Amino acid sequence: MAAAGCGNGGTHGATPVTLRFWAFGREGEVVQALIPGFERAHPGIRVRVQQIPFTAAHEKLLTSVVGRATPDIAQLGNTWVPELVALRALVPLDSMLARSRAITRDDYFEGIWATNVLDGTTWGIPWYVDTRVIFYRSDLLKSAGFPAPPRTWSQWRDAMIRVRAQSGGHHYGILLPVNEWAQPVILGLSMGAPLLRDADTYGDFSDPRFQAAFAFYVGLFRDSLAEPVSNVQVANLYQSFGEAEFAMFISGPWDVGECLRRLPPSLQGRWATAPMPAPDAEAAADTTAPGVSLAGGSSLVVFKGSPYPDSAWAFIEYLSDPEREARFYALSGDLPPRRSGWNDSALAHNTYARAFRQQLQFVRATPKIPEWDEITTLLADQSEAAVRGGVVPDSALAVLDREVDGALEKRRWLRARDRAVAAAP
Amino acid sequence: MTAAAIPSTTRATAGERPKPQRWDPGIAWRTVLLHVVLAAIAGLAVAPLAWMVSASLMPAGSATTYPPPLLPHPVTWANYHELFAHLDLAHELRNSALVAGLITVSSLLFNSMAGYAFAKFQFPARDRLFRLVLLGLFIPPQVAMLPLFILLRELHLVNSFAGVVLPSMATVFGTFLVRQYVLGIPDELLDAARVDGAGEFRIYWSIVLPLCAPVLVTLAVFVFMSAWNDFMWPLVVLTDSAKYTLPVGLANLSREHVQDTELMMAASVVTLLPVLLLFISLQRYYIRGITMGGVKG
Amino acid sequence: MSQDGIIRGDAGGRAARRAAFVFLAPGLVLIAVTFLLPAVASFVLSLTDFDIYAVADPSNARIIWLRNYAALARTPMFWIALRNTLYFVLAGGPISVIVSLGVAVLLESELVRWRVFFRTVYFAPVVTTLVAVAVVWKYLYDPRYGLLNAGLHALGLPSVDWLGSTVWAMPSIILMTVWKGFGYNMIIFMAGLQAVPGDLYDAARVDGAGAWQRFWHVTMPTLAPTFLFVSITTMIGFLQLFSEPYVMTQGGPLHATLSVALYMFTEGFESWHVGMGAAIAFVLFALTLIGALVQLRLRPKGTEGGA
Repeated sequence: MAAAGCGNGGTHGATPVTLRFWAFGREGEVVQALIPGFERAHPGIRVRVQQIPFTAAHEKLLTSVVGRATPDIAQLGNTWVPELVALRALVPLDSMLARSRAITRDDYFEGIWATNVLDGTTWGIPWYVDTRVIFYRSDLLKSAGFPAPPRTWSQWRDAMIRVRAQSGGHHYGILLPVNEWAQPVILGLSMGAPLLRDADTYGDFSDPRFQAAFAFYVGLFRDSLAEPVSNVQVANLYQSFGEAEFAMFISGPWDVGECLRRLPPSLQGRWATAPMPAPDAEAAADTTAPGVSLAGGSSLVVFKGSPYPDSAWAFIEYLSDPEREARFYALSGDLPPRRSGWNDSALAHNTYARAFRQQLQFVRATPKIPEWDEITTLLADQSEAAVRGGVVPDSALAVLDREVDGALEKRRWLRARDRAVAAAP
Repeated sequence: MTAAAIPSTTRATAGERPKPQRWDPGIAWRTVLLHVVLAAIAGLAVAPLAWMVSASLMPAGSATTYPPPLLPHPVTWANYHELFAHLDLAHELRNSALVAGLITVSSLLFNSMAGYAFAKFQFPARDRLFRLVLLGLFIPPQVAMLPLFILLRELHLVNSFAGVVLPSMATVFGTFLVRQYVLGIPDELLDAARVDGAGEFRIYWSIVLPLCAPVLVTLAVFVFMSAWNDFMWPLVVLTDSAKYTLPVGLANLSREHVQDTELMMAASVVTLLPVLLLFISLQRYYIRGITMGGVKG
Repeated sequence: MSQDGIIRGDAGGRAARRAAFVFLAPGLVLIAVTFLLPAVASFVLSLTDFDIYAVADPSNARIIWLRNYAALARTPMFWIALRNTLYFVLAGGPISVIVSLGVAVLLESELVRWRVFFRTVYFAPVVTTLVAVAVVWKYLYDPRYGLLNAGLHALGLPSVDWLGSTVWAMPSIILMTVWKGFGYNMIIFMAGLQAVPGDLYDAARVDGAGAWQRFWHVTMPTLAPTFLFVSITTMIGFLQLFSEPYVMTQGGPLHATLSVALYMFTEGFESWHVGMGAAIAFVLFALTLIGALVQLRLRPKGTEGGA
């Protein structure tokens, strides 16, 4: 039932094509501004945006797949791509990519693009990216002897110690909410830890590299450089940051806008962003590279049940145009996934965005399996247990590996079964 | 379960309520006190709804000021305008009416047929079958949801109104209600009709149904309101926002527009108003339905 | 078939059975297909590890017997949900029933004027859409701008973080639920109260019994079957707590309002651990059954054969 006529849209089709596009949260609101331009360029194709709150998005997506009531295109958090691929819900995009001139893989940040590739097939096109960097109080660090942000873990620790000392021990070097999984994982990725092993069928958190990263993380709490609080206990992050209760925190691009909006004018110019510091061993090898961070963001995907895959692709190409991405950035604050999208003057001159630009060249995907979500919960629980002092870090990691092995048991069984079937005569 | 006589429209009273014999200052005081208490309770019952209406007429942002205002200054219809002009509430209103209407009509038909059969036809294991069906009252609806969803998927009914309507078309409670009522219809009436040569369906349609009018109205009111207010199932089944019923749309709206208090209050008013009006005009029947289901069970 | 070939209303016979079949079939088939059979299927699913892989291809599901239930027993989240639900039922249930009974007694007093008006007003919250009401109460509970805290301030009391505090979140939901539902049981109690024979009251008065004694020794015993019915149905309804936490707190803060039904929804429809979700639903069913049986067992003598 593909649109008749030229392969890329309904321009010669008899009936108008209506694409259903699901977008979430704020992106869902602002993307509507980009639709009229597309419809003008492609008469015969209309796009209907359905906006879904982020908190309901995952459930709505999976329910629609199970219920065979999927839209044509959707925005998909890139950590959700493996799940939908396992559900065989998406259309592989390689053949359309090969024909496309608008989307070229090389223009994208490699680490981000990789999150959409599973087993050599491309399932989504990155729409916007996020990663985590350090937000810090430049004035506090300066008076502690750090005019430039720390570049290695030992410098980082040093900066925290000095900031804490100069506050008389009242304030902390960094905010690391203990119930979040992202921070230990980022440190682990920086050390080059694989997180899982054997084709992502067993936990590998006891790998010495992850152990070292985790020891560094837990050590920050033990040495009172970070306070053992959960993210719900932080009533107002920006207020606390403004009042120097901690000098640094780790977050994503959305907090640039939030800090600009919520910090008082007196504080503007006294905070900045910086890429993640690198572990000392790595930094010794390459002094310019920062540590590795998460490859986050959302992609655009096409659903298998869609009657108009070619029109859907045309829409994706339209949104992926660097100009559109720049406009999208202006509307939403979400960062473009293509290097050429960053040439826009607003972004190029944004001092806070620079850290992200640099970091995006050093991002790594987390394991691309449906069970990853569950594993992050297990990780957060064990991490909190180690931080709050009840459990020795290495034991916590051993327990974590056991639990992760349990969560991956089904995946192992499926792989073994599929291998047996393939090997059968 | 005893057969009930056809309930009259007046309250059944086993004993007379004694009237006060003479003017007595003690009684007067107690009466005043009682009514003060009753009025206070009424105030508590109505207060949240009254504030909801009031806030829905306030300009955006004024409800979230401290101290919170009780009355709108000035009164504005902008929130309602926003809901209908930009946020598709008219669509959802129409969807809710359609779904609730379909469920009510089909429910009346199927529940009355089954209730009549359980009451007036003799067949093997009739009472055992009825008790088995009644067991369903103990099963929480959530138990059936996941397999039912998968069944709907096989029937290609996900994200359709038919999918929302199907599970509510016949219910244990409705069947029970009708059966209790029909038990009170004299058998002689039906036998006389059969002697006259009337077919079974004709008997059902021309004799039983008209006699059942009170319980049918009760059932209709009950079912309509329950269908209108249903949330969890439509939430799961409907993925297309164009098909959302009011509760689903409202829940969605509340997550997106959590800051827009006045807008949310207006949406709540629109959701509540139809059932409230229906209830106030037909409360006699609705309340009777509850007592029939409850006390005489 | 009787002698003259006519089907009698309550006679047996083939024709009667045929007619019964035709009348019963649509309703029963629907009930069976949309309710009873899925419930059985749910039990079967709870014995498997049906999950997202199996949704793509059913052959990816395995029978694991009672492992889901064992895993649930080892999952802290499940016990939290169970604890919260039982808290809601065991605290909210009695409060709701007692408030309903109290108001029913007040309203049934011989001194009352405008009884129908009050009854209508008290019943109005019952028919309101839960989602809409939850949205309104969410704003009433707002820590800074809500009417409840404003009221507390007016009385010189400190504010309460109603929905944001792990201590107050469930009580907040209980309060809203009692407000919304007290009219329903009130009506049932009123009907029950009307059935108390007036002469019993007169006799008690003659014996010198005061109002409270009359209530306890005349009203309550007669009301016992109604009370049992109300308490069982209230318990069944409360065990299914879902919409309030879904709309107001999403199970938070820190899972303080996570109910078993909400947990089943998130496991079943968000994570698509279908086998696990079915197991949770079944636990809910078992709780309902046990709760009803316990109440039936505990009823005082003299209510046998009632309800």
